[in-house]
Amino acid sequence: MNIAGRAHCFGDDINTDYIIASKYKTASLDPRDLTRHLMEDIDPGFGQRVRPGDILVAGKNFGCGSSREGAPLVIKAAGIGVVVAPSFARIFFRNAINIGLPVFICDTSAISTGDDLEFDLEAGTGRNVSTGAPIEAAPLPKVMINIVRDGGLAAHIRKHKTFQVA
Amino acid sequence: MAGKTISEKILSAKSGQDTRAGDIVVASLDLTYSHDGNRPLAMELLTSMGTDRVWDSSKYILFLDHHPSPNAVSAAAHTKLRAFALEQGVRLYEMGDGISHVVLPERGHIAPGDLAIGSDSHSCTGGALAAFTTGVGSTDMAAAMATGQLWMRVPESILVRCHGALPSGVGAKDLVLAIAARIGADGANYAAIEFAGPAIDAMGMDGRFTLTNLAIEMGAKAGLIGTDATTEAWLKGRLQREWTHLTADPDAVYREIVDIDASTLTPRIALPHNVDKVVAIEDLPRTRVHQVVIGTCNAARSSDLAEAARILKGKRIAPGVRLIVTPSSRDTMVETMQSGVLATLVEAGAVIATPGCSGCAGGCHFAVPDVGENVLSTANRNFKGRLGNAESFIYLASPATAAASALTGWITDPRLHQEMIP
Ligand code: SF4
Repeated sequence: MNIAGRAHCFGDDINTDYIIASKYKTASLDPRDLTRHLMEDIDPGFGQRVRPGDILVAGKNFGCGSSREGAPLVIKAAGIGVVVAPSFARIFFRNAINIGLPVFICDTSAISTGDDLEFDLEAGTGRNVSTGAPIEAAPLPKVMINIVRDGGLAAHIRKHKTFQVA
Repeated sequence: MAGKTISEKILSAKSGQDTRAGDIVVASLDLTYSHDGNRPLAMELLTSMGTDRVWDSSKYILFLDHHPSPNAVSAAAHTKLRAFALEQGVRLYEMGDGISHVVLPERGHIAPGDLAIGSDSHSCTGGALAAFTTGVGSTDMAAAMATGQLWMRVPESILVRCHGALPSGVGAKDLVLAIAARIGADGANYAAIEFAGPAIDAMGMDGRFTLTNLAIEMGAKAGLIGTDATTEAWLKGRLQREWTHLTADPDAVYREIVDIDASTLTPRIALPHNVDKVVAIEDLPRTRVHQVVIGTCNAARSSDLAEAARILKGKRIAPGVRLIVTPSSRDTMVETMQSGVLATLVEAGAVIATPGCSGCAGGCHFAVPDVGENVLSTANRNFKGRLGNAESFIYLASPATAAASALTGWITDPRLHQEMIP
């Protein structure tokens, strides 16, 4: 699975309330209606600027806070191909994989907004096309790779009736 | 072979294999629960798992706690959840019954050694009963509802040893904010935190729940406290099941040990907009408060409200300050009504909100502050916009500090009201 796109960089500890403010939780049930509010409280206008295929790059602990799946769902609905960060909060990380939003754990300190990036998710490798620097990912547990391969957790459970950890 | 942490013991028992930190297991769940706050609702995803029945209707519980003042969208969700509960024969706690993390232990749904998940990040709260309880998203929850199982990486554990005794006027909330400052917002990511030591031994269950509730704000998967006589006394009359004491082995292996001296602590304040941005109250510049909230699943249990009432008794909050008190559950409300605590708070100027999440998150449509206002809250989260207005500022503190600050209109050290603290 190859993904290429333009980087939008954010800082450390971006929580789920920043991704999509909790006041919108009941504003609509369709994540597509909420994409214009993406990151609204920390980067007003981002939701309008973001283009399908863009790549969200962040600092450590991305997605901390709530367990709400609205956070990865709205990112996915905005057309963002992959979220890249040196570490993710664990609930967000599981949720993203479960709903089919690719995530990539790697050092992001040398990536700037506007850089063109490309990733091979299965191989766990990538490249900053703008600077030429290679990017290497931390490996995912096997069970997560199996979930991604099956197309998300629902498809995985329908197929196996349980979790395939090996 | 080295001993085991509480997490390793529970996940070994629930996966049926001898597991250690780092292992990936599929474990059987004793309890699963969801609330009305998140979209999609877990129940809406159940059929996508290839079934339309919860695997065991006695092991799934629903809560209408997040939207105690529903708008049309959340009212529709409530209707769906009520219908689902009826159709599946699962228990549903109604609006006003209280916050899931408070009600579950209180009503005897969690026993030491249990493995439980909730579709809410503060599901780690139940760990104060030595149960492994953790938060997941709706899709993981739907898979759990279908299978009764969850895959999990057995976490490494961080042992937080709390030495000495908490000084008077300094409580569990101050201690856990000090711990959060030490560990940081992601310092315990993927790990479990075990709280132990003399300051924990001396602490009542309400304070212990305040500690484990905040584990997620350090990134932790679980916050755990071994059982003792205090646990046993508290569970008496609540838990209708057999249970056995559970603590970590003395030679258990920890990723990290954090030592903290409780006896030298002073009240702590978390500054906007990060829970780990903590200062000692004596280092805080004079800070005006417009709204005080004593509520949420962190610190609004009976003893928290009683502590606030001791400071506010016979007094009146400062002009220009709103004091919002949300008992965390119906039981808390009844208890504090009967003891006179609630009357004291109302006489002092408090508004009493519906037991539940009122006053915690913007989605509750309650206690939304104005632009530029400062809120002092006993909550667990002070993220920008958390209360529905990104141009306001949320400070976190203990119930005692909240009460003292409501009296003056400034963030105030509760030790100045020492005579009211036993
Ligand atoms: S009180 Fe606040 S933190 Fe606790 S469950 Fe409700 S919304 Fe979440």
